[in-house]
Amino acid sequence: PHYALLSLQNSASELTGPVFGQNDIDPLDNDLIRNYAKTGDPIGERIIVHGRVLDENARPVPNTLVEIWQANAGGRYRHRKDTYLAPIDPNFGGCGRTLTDEQGCYVFRTVKPGAYPWRNWVNNWRPAHIHFSVFGSAFAQRLITQMYFEGDPLIANCPIVRTIPDPRAIDQLVAALDLNATIPLDSIAYKFDIVLRGQRSTYFENRPEGN
Amino acid sequence: MVQKFDYLKESPSQTAGPYVHIGLAPGDAGFDIYRQELGHDIIGPNAKGERITVDGIVTDGTGAPVKDVLIEIWQANAAGVYAGAGKVEQGFRGWGRVIPDFETGEWAFETIKPGPVMGRSGRIMAPHISLWLVARGINIGLNTRMYFADEDKANAADPVLNLIEQQHRRATLIAKRETRKGASVYRFDIRLQGENETVFFDI
Repeated sequence: PHYALLSLQNSASELTGPVFGQNDIDPLDNDLIRNYAKTGDPIGERIIVHGRVLDENARPVPNTLVEIWQANAGGRYRHRKDTYLAPIDPNFGGCGRTLTDEQGCYVFRTVKPGAYPWRNWVNNWRPAHIHFSVFGSAFAQRLITQMYFEGDPLIANCPIVRTIPDPRAIDQLVAALDLNATIPLDSIAYKFDIVLRGQRSTYFENRPEGN
Repeated sequence: MVQKFDYLKESPSQTAGPYVHIGLAPGDAGFDIYRQELGHDIIGPNAKGERITVDGIVTDGTGAPVKDVLIEIWQANAAGVYAGAGKVEQGFRGWGRVIPDFETGEWAFETIKPGPVMGRSGRIMAPHISLWLVARGINIGLNTRMYFADEDKANAADPVLNLIEQQHRRATLIAKRETRKGASVYRFDIRLQGENETVFFDI
């Protein structure tokens, strides 16, 4: 938009949001190594991506829907519009979803996505990344973002990453290698915490007493 | 030295990209993976109220349709109650997800007309549907509201519409009512940029 956004004091329309339950999803939905496997495991670096969903007051956001999508190990998406020459992996779909637990924790198992080229500047490559969609408990908390991997030299060159002006904010999207959570001889792990807008009860609004 | 704040900062938004369907509507990306995709059924089988279709097209600053947009919908039931905030009909979620036709950019969803909702300071808000748009090229989801053209009186008193200083811009949030084959259809086109740009909110 060219025009400024119009600021809105939140009403019920913004402070409520959809609620999802375990019967909306299946237990395998968060395992991208298994959820589209046809003849065997997908090819690529086996990883665990886990973390917590918190609000700005560092309180966990429980029972919220987290959805992810990504390219395969070669940087190719399973999407009819992706024509990159790297091949599709017959055993990899590239999407997953889960609900956070009571502490706001989530976990996915997948393969590490590859970098891929895109038509922006002639020689633009996206860093390896996983797209994240998170609901929170209010429609005003709805967030879509991308997770990057610690140490990837493409991060600093990416014009999509650089739509974020604050370098510390960029760091917030870079998942740390988490050796504590790796499964020895099986999968390496990355930790990625997500912070949604703060949530507190209303102070002194049309009421003489507080909270 | 004053104390430091220990609040966290919100994770920054990034674009949903052109392949958003893989994650949020994989059937439309071209493969079936989930037992059920979420967001197709907004109201469930028991919803009271007038059944309506809402359709439209999202256009960019050059007037071209945005064919890879994804829109999420959040609305109250016919009594003006949001799911999760009070008693609603069994199966009524009030939330939906819609993507346009890949060729034409036209989208549509089926729902019921929501009732008026209590706003702040005890002021009633006119019936409206909240919409949230993401797409390639949109760095942070865009929030807007759709109101109904046949609710003139309620719209005139709506506290949010009245925040829009330029009278003529209010019209960008009001869907036109049509009757097609006996069914009620509201047409709601969204212009991201340029002439008649839709009003977007920072909620």
